[in-house]
Formats: sequence, C-alpha cells, structure tokens
Amino acid sequence: MILNASGCLDALTAPEVAHTLDVFVTKTVTPLPREGNQPVRIAETDFGMLNSIGLANPGIDRFVADTLPRLLDLGVSVWVSVGGFAAHEYAEICARLDHEPIAAIELNVSCPNVSSPEEEVEQIVAAARAATTKTLYAKLSPSVPDVGAAAVAAARAGADGLTLVNTIRGLALDELTLEPKLGPGVGGLSGPALRPIALAAVFAAYRATGLPIVGVGGVETGAHGLELIAAGASAFALGTVLFADPEAPVRVREELEREASARGFATPLAAYAAAHGGPPPTPLRRVA
Amino acid sequence: MRRELLDVVRVDEVGPYRLLRLKRGRLESGAPGQFFMLSPPGRLLPRPMSLSLATRTELGFLIDPVGPGTKALTTLVRGERLHVLGPLGNGFRLDVARPLLVGGGIGLAPFPYLSERLGRPPAVLGFRSQEHAEAAALVPNAEVVVEPRLVTEALRPGHDVLACGPEPMLRAVAELDPGAQLAWEAPMACGYGACYGCAVEIGGELKRLCVEGPVLERAA
Repeated sequence: MILNASGCLDALTAPEVAHTLDVFVTKTVTPLPREGNQPVRIAETDFGMLNSIGLANPGIDRFVADTLPRLLDLGVSVWVSVGGFAAHEYAEICARLDHEPIAAIELNVSCPNVSSPEEEVEQIVAAARAATTKTLYAKLSPSVPDVGAAAVAAARAGADGLTLVNTIRGLALDELTLEPKLGPGVGGLSGPALRPIALAAVFAAYRATGLPIVGVGGVETGAHGLELIAAGASAFALGTVLFADPEAPVRVREELEREASARGFATPLAAYAAAHGGPPPTPLRRVA
Repeated sequence: MRRELLDVVRVDEVGPYRLLRLKRGRLESGAPGQFFMLSPPGRLLPRPMSLSLATRTELGFLIDPVGPGTKALTTLVRGERLHVLGPLGNGFRLDVARPLLVGGGIGLAPFPYLSERLGRPPAVLGFRSQEHAEAAALVPNAEVVVEPRLVTEALRPGHDVLACGPEPMLRAVAELDPGAQLAWEAPMACGYGACYGCAVEIGGELKRLCVEGPVLERAA
C-alpha cells in the first residue's frame, strides 16, 4: 500500500497524482484556520529539504463543509491528518470526523514536550480514541530518546497503527549573508537524509508493538520502500520525492514489485519484517 | 501537466545569464508567463523557470546562475538530459490593446516568447549593469535602462503593462499602474500545488503562487 506523506500532495489540485496512490492523506487539519508561516517556507539542503509551512489549513469547519466533500468526490480512499495544541483539540476534531466516510485518522503527534514524550503521546491518542471509532494511526516524531517507548504509549492508548516518521528539526543558512534561509528560522528536514532515521524508528516500533506501521522518510525508489517493509512497515508513504516527480507513485510501485521479486519474495509484503528474523511480536493492545 | 526527459541542445551565453536550449519533446509551450520545473542533475528539487523561447523543435530558458541548482542547469552540455515538468501556473493575459513589457534583470526571461506572441510590442528593461543589459538583445523594441535609472522612470501612460522582475520593481509598477499584470517569483519545491512553499499574501490571504499565479492581476 502506497500513500502520500501528509502535506506533500494536494489531491484537489493534482487529482491525477492522488489516483496513483492507494490512500490520500490530507494536510493536517487543526480546530481553527491557520494561514501558516511567513515566507520563505522551503529550502533545499545537501541531503534533503527544509520546510516551515506552519500547518496552513482551512480549519475543521471549512474542511468538513468544503474540502472533504470534494476529496470524497474524487473517489480516493481518504485519511485525515489531525493536529492540535492540546489533547482536547485532537479529540474535538476526531469527534467531528467520526461520521464522515473516511478510511482512517492520522494523529499528527508532534511531542513539543520532549521531557516526557510518552506521556504526551498517550494523552493525545487516548483522547482521540475516546472520541472516535475510526481507525487511528499515530504519527510520531523520531526526535525522542526512545521511539519504541513512544510507540508503546500510542499502542496502549488505543492506536490501531503508527506512522513513522515525521520530519526532524533542521536549519539552513544563506551562503552569503549567513542568515537563516527560512522565514521562521528552523524547519522540518525531509528527503534522503531522513531515510536511515525512518528505518531505525520503524524497526524499533515494530519490535516494541507489532502494530501496523506506515513507514515514511526519504523513500525515492521501490528498493527504499521494500527496506521499510523489511524493517516492519506494512505500507509506506512518499513525501519529498512527490515534489520532484509527481509520477513517483507509479514508478515506485513498479520498482517495488521488481525489487521484491529479485530477492525471491512472491509479493512485496512477503518481505514484511524480514529484517527481524524469528517469530513476530505479539501485537500490543489497549490496557482496559 | 506533463513530465519528460529532454535532451540538451546547448547553452548560450547572454551577458552574465545563460540560455538553456532543450529539444522540445512532446511538451506544450503553454502561455507566456507560465513556467516549467527543471530538474538539475545532482539536486533534490526541481527549479521553476519561465519559458523564454519556443520554436517547433526547441524550448529555451534564460537562467541566472546564482545557486547550486541554476549552476547545475547552466553547465549542462549537449547530449545530457534532464526532467522537465510543465507548462504550469497561469500566464499573461494576451487580450490587451496597447501592450508594454516592463522587466527588471532576469525578470525579462518570459519576454522573448511573450513579445513574439504579442507582435513585438515596445518594452522597457532595467538592469543593474551594462553587462547584464546585453540580455536586452533577446527582446525586440526594447528601451534599456541601467541603474541608477529605474524602469518606473521610463514608464509611459496609456499602455497595458505586463511586468516581470524583482519584488520592489513589481510593487513600484503596481503603484503607478494598478491594472498591470505582474509575474511574481517565490521559492517552490513542486510547482503543482503540493508543497505550499510558494505562498504569498494576496488580498490579505496567503495563496500558492504556483496555482494562483505566477501572473497576477493585482499587487500581491
């Protein structure tokens, strides 16, 4: 299953690209409309790109009234990425989406409180879980001391799956002025630089939880996707590569089949967790 | 929106700028002011470039080699290939009675193609040096203005202005002629509405320049 990473595709302006994916994941929706950050919002780095878009979105009211119906009209399977600044904000949006015909909700858990990321994750996921019966994926940051522990916290709070990883903080300076290239200064690093970080996070979260995982981070080819599957992902998403190549989903899917077959796997998913060897972990379930 | 691997024909020197000439393949040339995303070899992201020249067999892009991406594009040689996506965005409206092209620096990039489509109308082109002003040879009927003189000092009333250049120039032009069509520029990663990197403030709202522009009828 190939998805887009949240914020890396607008299905309404490029429906032909969305139709080449198995699932379209929306930009993160927050309770209130957000204009996003002042320009400059993107910069290329040596091994990736930085963005500081600032969660620009129309807010949940306009999203449900205007954006979502048009997305559903496209006939694609929709996951809605949900964000907020407190657990109750996530819950509020999940409750609003509970009766909409969407396939899943992805919680954009950013963990601003890095001193106790597990607690933060648990509170947000538990609040969302209480507000909806939809399939819930928790998208976690790799910038925590123990991704496995954050994954366990999400699983115990009722997440059905995990999305790994979000971007990591980076800074790029103008070569001449030595001032930050991005308007807000720092931004989120994505692209090839994120690939080994995503692999390590998927590997750790699979081992710790056994939950379904969407691997995200620097996938540019089918071989990269197969590696994420081997590390424990049951699906993967394309992010930065979509900016350079809107035809990437079709190409990556073909490469994935070829790469799996060349290694003796009947299907790409036959390589699931191949990097771990031995029997799979017992999936964690919510503590009642 | 179409993406193709195009062959490099050659790169011409135009003062400090470079004209990258590519075999056209099956790409449409689009409306003047529309742009293409050119993928420089060895770089992660493509670069937005407006089309300068379109012939039956070639597409030409005038590029200022200022960063790693534009330098990689302008050091390509015959036989090399690169991915090109386009045409993208909204170009200039061509139903104008008395067109006047107003450009600043590399902002003249879309004008050779625009001038041809409009029947070689008059143009006013501003440059920071005589060397940069060599590029004016690409635009017919152009009056050249070199700093410290500014293009706004050479504007004549009674024309339909189509402008492209640095932001301060566009704002000054819009002040003198609120009806001018202005082609804006912003860093963008994708060119087709996916990245939200090229947001500019238009009428109090942030909008994506690649989708709403790059040519706008009102000051951004």
